[in-house]
This record gives sequence, C-alpha cells and structure tokens, in this order.
Amino acid sequence: MALVIAVVSGKGGTGKTLVAVNLALALAGEGLQVRLIDCDVEEPNDHLFLRPEIRYTEQVELAVPRVDPEKCDLCRTCVDFCAFNALALAGNRIMVFDELCHSCGGCSLLCPNDAVREESVTIGSVECGSARGKSGSEVIRFCQGVLKIGEPRATPIVQRLKERFEEGAVNILDGGPGTGCSVMETVRGADYCLLVTEPTQFGLHDLGMALQMVQELGVPHGVIINKYIPGGCGVETWCVSNGLQVHLRIPYRREYSLLYSRGLNLVEEIPEWRGRFIHVFRRVEEEVEELLNRGRSTKDGVGNPDRHPIVK
Amino acid sequence: MSVKQLVVLSGKGGTGKTTLTAALAEQVERTLVADCDVEAPNLYLLLRPRTIRSYVVNVSRKASIDPEICTYCGECQKVCRFGAISGFQVERHACEGCGLCERVCPAGAVSMEEPAGGEIFVGETPYGKMVWARLALGEEASGKVVSQVRMEAQALAVEEGYDLILVDGSPGIGCPVIASVSGADMVLVVAEPTLSGRHDLARVLDTVSFFQIPSLVCINKCDLNEEEAKRIRAECFCRGVEVVAEIPYIEELAEAARLCVTPMDVLEGGAADLLRRLYDEVMGRMGIQSSRPMA
Repeated sequence: MALVIAVVSGKGGTGKTLVAVNLALALAGEGLQVRLIDCDVEEPNDHLFLRPEIRYTEQVELAVPRVDPEKCDLCRTCVDFCAFNALALAGNRIMVFDELCHSCGGCSLLCPNDAVREESVTIGSVECGSARGKSGSEVIRFCQGVLKIGEPRATPIVQRLKERFEEGAVNILDGGPGTGCSVMETVRGADYCLLVTEPTQFGLHDLGMALQMVQELGVPHGVIINKYIPGGCGVETWCVSNGLQVHLRIPYRREYSLLYSRGLNLVEEIPEWRGRFIHVFRRVEEEVEELLNRGRSTKDGVGNPDRHPIVK
Repeated sequence: MSVKQLVVLSGKGGTGKTTLTAALAEQVERTLVADCDVEAPNLYLLLRPRTIRSYVVNVSRKASIDPEICTYCGECQKVCRFGAISGFQVERHACEGCGLCERVCPAGAVSMEEPAGGEIFVGETPYGKMVWARLALGEEASGKVVSQVRMEAQALAVEEGYDLILVDGSPGIGCPVIASVSGADMVLVVAEPTLSGRHDLARVLDTVSFFQIPSLVCINKCDLNEEEAKRIRAECFCRGVEVVAEIPYIEELAEAARLCVTPMDVLEGGAADLLRRLYDEVMGRMGIQSSRPMA
C-alpha cells in the first residue's frame, strides 16, 4: 500500500514547497522510502531545492479532433455537441480550438460521416528521477509535471503524475496554489492533506477555502503555520474553533527566508528541524491509521489489513 | 477612448500581487478593479467594497444518472474518458460535463445538471467600482469564472466610462492566468528575489509573451537576496523587459498585509514614494495620464 500525503494551501507563497521538500528530506533521512511528486505543474519548484537527476521524461498528450473537409458535410453535429465550444462552424469549414478541447471524444464518436479523427497534442511532460540529500545518504524518488507554456489544461498532467504512486512508500504531493481543478485532482484520493497557511488575513481567508475543499473531498487534514508569529491574525484560534490540529509552527525569521531564497533546506541547514518534520509525519501516520481502524471496525472490508504497518 | 487593462501577475504565489494592486488602485483617480484570483480572492479584504449587486453564474455541467430509469447497460461507462462513471453512478469531481454519457444513454437516464459555479459581485470602493467572485463549493472550472469576472468588468467599464481596468491575477501560468490576460494591454509581474521566484518569473514572462502582451516587472522585497535580485535584473534585460520598480522589504507593508489595511494608508516618506514611482512608471508605460487625487 502507498501512503499519500498532499500539501496544499489556498493562498500562494505560504510554504507548500518548503513543507513538501523538508518533509521528504526528513523522512528519507530516517531511512523511509519516499517519493516526492511535484503536482504544481504550472510552477514546479521542488527540483530547485533537491536538484534531482532526471532519468525519464514522458510527454503528456491529449487527443484533439481534426476534421476531414472531404468527408464533412457541415451537419454541425460536433459543433452542437461540444460543451466546451472547441468546435465552430466558420464559413464552409469546421474550426477546432485545441486549447478549449477536453478530449472527451464525443465529436469523433458522434460524427455521422466519420469525418472527425483525433490527433495527439502535447500539453506538458512528466519527469522522473531521484535526488540525494546534502549528506548523500538519503534518497528521494522524484517526479514532477511541467505544463507547456501557453497551455491552459493542467489537470491531465496531475492525473498522469498520480499514476506514479509507489507501493510501500510515503508519497508526498506538492500541490499548486488555489482550489481549482488541478489542486482538487491532487488532493482527491489522498490519505491525508497538510494545509499550509500563514498568519495574515489573506492566509486565513484562503485556508478557509482550502478547508472547504478538503472537507468536500473527504480527505483527513491538519494545519502547518509558516512564518508563524504568536497570536498572529488569530490563525490558531480559528484552527481550534474549526477543530483543526496544528501540527507545526515554523517561526517568521529572516534567516529562514534567506535560506529559502538560496534554495537551501531547513532540515539540512538547521538539524533540529529534522526531528520536527518527522514528528509531523508520525502524527499524520497515527491519524491515518486510526481512521483506517475506525473504518474497519464499523464497516467490513473498508480498511485494508495489508495496510499495516503503513511504514515499517 | 477605449478601456485599457492592466493585469498584475506573479507566477509564484505570495510575492505581493494583491498588496501592490491595492496600492495602484489607491493612487489612481478612478479605476475599475477586477479580482481574477477567484480561487483565493483576497483583494476585497483590502479594498472592502460595499456590494451593490451579485448574481450566480453556471459555468460547468455535471452528469447525473436516474437509478429509476437506468437499465444498467453500461454504455455511459464505456464512452466516459474521465473515469467519472462507476457502478452506474457519477463521481462528481471527475465529471467534466462533456455530456457524452447523456447522448449515448439508450434509456434517457442521464441528465446534465448545472450547479452554481460561483457568484459574481459588483461593489463600490473609495477608488471606483470593483468586480470579484466567489467560487461555489466544489467548483473546479475557475478559468470560466475568471472570464465571467472580466466580462462583467469590461461591460461595466464601457457603461460607466472608466479608462482603466486594474486586474489582480492569480499565481501560476495555467487556465485562470490565461483567462485573466487574454486581450489585456499590459501585464505587471511582481517578482521576488528567491531561486524559485526567479524560476517562476521566467515561466510567467514566457506565457505573457506567448500571448503577445507587453510586460513590466516590479521586484518586491528586492533586498531579501541581492544575488537573486541581480539575476532577475539580468534575466529581464536579456528579454527586453523593463524593471520599473524595486521595493525593499518594508515592515509596515508586511504589517499592512497582516492586518488587511491598504498600503498607502500606512506608508509614509520614502516607502510611500516608492509606490508612487511604481504607479507613475506603470501608468506612463501604458500611456495613461496619471492624475493622482491626493497629489
């Protein structure tokens, strides 16, 4: 079984990458099998902090329609069917807007004249490899998705990344900002979600949106407060009143911002952080196990007995 | 005179888009402000608009199977490429609303529902009208809601004779960003001098030039890492993109963000001058006569 932990935030720049990368490094340092998957395909940054060796690249393609003008009799079946307005009748031909197409295949299936075939277009890539920590002993299996410039469809790349989950490993998914489709796809089906926030009104507001999203998806969750200032903006009070566990507080220090700006990692530069991130993981692990046990005792067959222990 | 549109972007989140958008809005005599970061809309927290009207928009469809009519033939499941149908039920979050299942169902058991995608708000701020949105719970098609916000803003600007629409964009380079910039006159990218900030700046500048929109850069917190700031300047120089302002880390600005007060209200002296310069430079490049109410 794979354990999957997603890291999201709502607001951008709160420290998703920091949490995902440092958690991965801390766990790898403990000898755990770790796979870090950067699902922020619009702006993937984990690689900057881990400098992985990429050994495998695969293009992510989508099938888009191409209309054969010889066979097309301009019946408009495809145009009328397409819910995304990716096809339009312009004069005496059908125009295709690739970037609006969701690749549902309806146009080619429904065309009465068999005039629509599909062609693959590349929307980005998935890159995999491995990274070593500073000490050289910890190994992190690494994957990232990279959206092609000018391409709006990010979600299919996240879907492809999710095929890379590793059995027996802790899979850490670094999500993008916001609560839109690619972030929802990142969180959907995860065992746990870490919500990273900061003590500003913006951070708090967007934490509320992210919380609604994980609740809607039914994923267990806890909070990490970055750039922490005691009492700052009432984030902690808010968490308590919403029944949220705060797993970690990373204080607001210029030194930490500086490390981050240089692409250096907290757990490697300031060793006490290693233990703190491992502690977060142990709490997450406990919570997930407890939920599984609860599921098993109430409903037969919900929990998977092979699942224990999650991490040996 | 036609309405000009300035879109504030960043690539990386948390570089200061919303704070600087508010600082620009505060200085212009009259502007229409549109918050196109519908997944994490924060600008209304700063500008505190009074809502004038709001309406619900439907942007996506979701399939639904009526178990009373379903004959369990499995045709719908066979054609769905999104893996949204299993056990003759629709997984709402996986459904993209193409409607192919409805089309192929021989029993007519599938219908397409149009849940509320979000709510569009029009409000009044001390600086002019503002348009923003709240995404409905579970709505994923944020790009379409962004387009709705922009359409409302454009209609309102024409109707009420605004010459500038100031758009607060979202982080990233994907669907919502593309929906925010299409047809804009200028993009202002707020960059921060960190390794990831520089990397993300390059991706957002690539995206903006892909759509052939001119861009300007403002380096925020420019004194955080002088090495990275230098590299950003070099990167911009090579691309022929002008760095119009550099704003150091200002404690009052960080505090303003924490407490949600508009930046020009709390800044004094040199710090306020920097934001005034940013405003003058941007408006100058856009060919808008800067008429500052407080000057």
